[in-house]
Amino acid sequence: MTIKTVKDAINDALVQSFEEDKNVILMGEDIAGGKGREQYQGTQDAWGGPFGVTQGLYTKFGGERVRDTTIAEAGFFGAAIGAAMTGLRPIVELMYVDFAGVCFDQMMNQAAKVRYMFGGKQKVPMVVRTVVGAGFRAGSEHSQTLYSLYTHIPGLKVVAPYDAYDAKGLLLSSIKDDDPVIFMEHKRLYMTSCEVPDDLKPIPLGKGRIRREGSDVTIIAIQRMNLFAEEAANELEKINISCEIVDPRTYSPLDEELIFQSVKKTGKVIVVDESNPKCSLASEISSLISEKCFSDLKAAVIKITAPHTPVPFSPPMEDFYIPSTKKIIDAVKKLKDV
Amino acid sequence: MIEKQKINWIYKKIFTIRFFEERIKKIAKEKTVPGYLHTCIGSEAICVGVMAALNQDDWISSTYRNHGHAIAKGCELNEITSEIYGRKTGICKGRGGSMHISDFSKGMLGSFGIVAAGPAVVLGAALQEKINKSYKTCVSFFGDGAIHNGAFHEAAGLAKLWDIPMIFVCENNGYAEATATDWHLNTKELSDITKAYDMLSYIGDGNNVFEVYDITKKAINEAKQKNTPIFLEFKNYRFSGQYEGDTQLYQPQEEIDKAKQNDPIKLAKENSSKYGLNKNDLEKIINEAKEEVDKAFDFADTQPWPQPEDALEDVYVNYPVEINR
Repeated sequence: MTIKTVKDAINDALVQSFEEDKNVILMGEDIAGGKGREQYQGTQDAWGGPFGVTQGLYTKFGGERVRDTTIAEAGFFGAAIGAAMTGLRPIVELMYVDFAGVCFDQMMNQAAKVRYMFGGKQKVPMVVRTVVGAGFRAGSEHSQTLYSLYTHIPGLKVVAPYDAYDAKGLLLSSIKDDDPVIFMEHKRLYMTSCEVPDDLKPIPLGKGRIRREGSDVTIIAIQRMNLFAEEAANELEKINISCEIVDPRTYSPLDEELIFQSVKKTGKVIVVDESNPKCSLASEISSLISEKCFSDLKAAVIKITAPHTPVPFSPPMEDFYIPSTKKIIDAVKKLKDV
Repeated sequence: MIEKQKINWIYKKIFTIRFFEERIKKIAKEKTVPGYLHTCIGSEAICVGVMAALNQDDWISSTYRNHGHAIAKGCELNEITSEIYGRKTGICKGRGGSMHISDFSKGMLGSFGIVAAGPAVVLGAALQEKINKSYKTCVSFFGDGAIHNGAFHEAAGLAKLWDIPMIFVCENNGYAEATATDWHLNTKELSDITKAYDMLSYIGDGNNVFEVYDITKKAINEAKQKNTPIFLEFKNYRFSGQYEGDTQLYQPQEEIDKAKQNDPIKLAKENSSKYGLNKNDLEKIINEAKEEVDKAFDFADTQPWPQPEDALEDVYVNYPVEINR
């Protein structure tokens, strides 16, 4: 048992996958930090992507499997699809999920659909690793989460781990998975840490996790929102309010049963999602609960999300944009009185 | 010198494609088949000439104008027609339709409805071949309209940077949908766009199946020898509209009449004696091709429709939650 950061846990999962399967390759911008500059020893593996997550891979596994790309997401995402169909297991890095727009066609129309529209003869075992999330003072084009953008598309799987344990276990699974997986890493969680067993087994996609058991209110928390849910639950415990925290971990497939079980137990639900509210995971989960658990509900589901705005830059505005511990506490108190 | 068997194959395929597409035009007029139909009358020589230089397990990508590529790549005629008719026994189980005729087991990575989606996918297959030290040839077919699309340029740039020996085959048929090539090109020759990537390119007569074959074969050898991508531009004329039902008012009659002088089928017939086929040989091939096409359309007509719920299959390899909720 070792304490690991999310960043190191992801790097560990990548190294382990590279060692276990020679068909695993990695492509992305600056993942090695400069191709073909052998004359400058020590500079080739300097970057490891903007957050240093892939550092060391180029040195360990070489430039044939760890490929720096041009800033051409449509090109190397398309290439990942062809490579996946013909036998490799490519991992591609989308530096920020905000860049989804320049290679969305490859995911929406090719990766997601070739198996279906060509009659089930081929598969596309690829993983898109991407960085999401606000709270980095990174402005409107480097701070979104866009979970629902990919979750909406049949044929894609969507994974968003909260802690290092889940990050490693879910990435191992995602790389072994035979379908295209979008693996979302939150930039504000990279340096958070928890215990991760060295021999952690892959965590199956589609299995959520109860992060805290409770009896009064269910808080369904999306990725980083687990942090605020936990803080809120600790505060509320002091005034004898017991919160159950459900972390779905994967959004397609979604562990609906786990959510419904918790709703049946408490009858009061808050969904916390850092994304914009319209057609979001929060609205999807809320709608599923109303549809399947209507008679178990003691009150309407409360959604806590970002407002319907882009992510602002200036700290007071960005902090207002992101759902907060206080908003969760207020919502729970409101529900408790019902 | 081309071996006799290959010459027969070339003639059989080129006539099969023409008869097939003429039959498609007919059913399109009769409106007996659902969906969009795009025929490739005028580009048969490119389909057949390129494929004559490939093995069956080599990789290609195609587009929504794919019937010719699929036939030349060895897809079963019965399965192609059944797919176009939307039947359960179709090549994609009725999920694709005319725009997505593709058989992975015949080396087709996909027939994409999105212009310029194919080159990057083929780049990936070629990268896989390179990493696994395997040497299947990888070819992407696309039209002249695709060369303005970013995805094409991104794939071209990476292919050159990574020394990937893939072949870009551009069918320059004079029209990007309804927009004339001589209007949309910024350069004198279409293949000039590869200069930015320092990529080798060759231009050929896309109406002459043997020239296409010859250029492609040489390009494949050169690409593998030099570890480099090669861009081939084959010039031809799109006698078909963008889709069946297109009024084609943007194509002047004078231009069509002129292009007819170089119709690939006409040229193939004229050249037949040069390739050792006498009148009887040619007639036999033509009759066989016609008969096979007729049989395939008769077959499709008798095939069962899919069950509505078949729509729920093959979305994922594994999905632990029921799809239909």
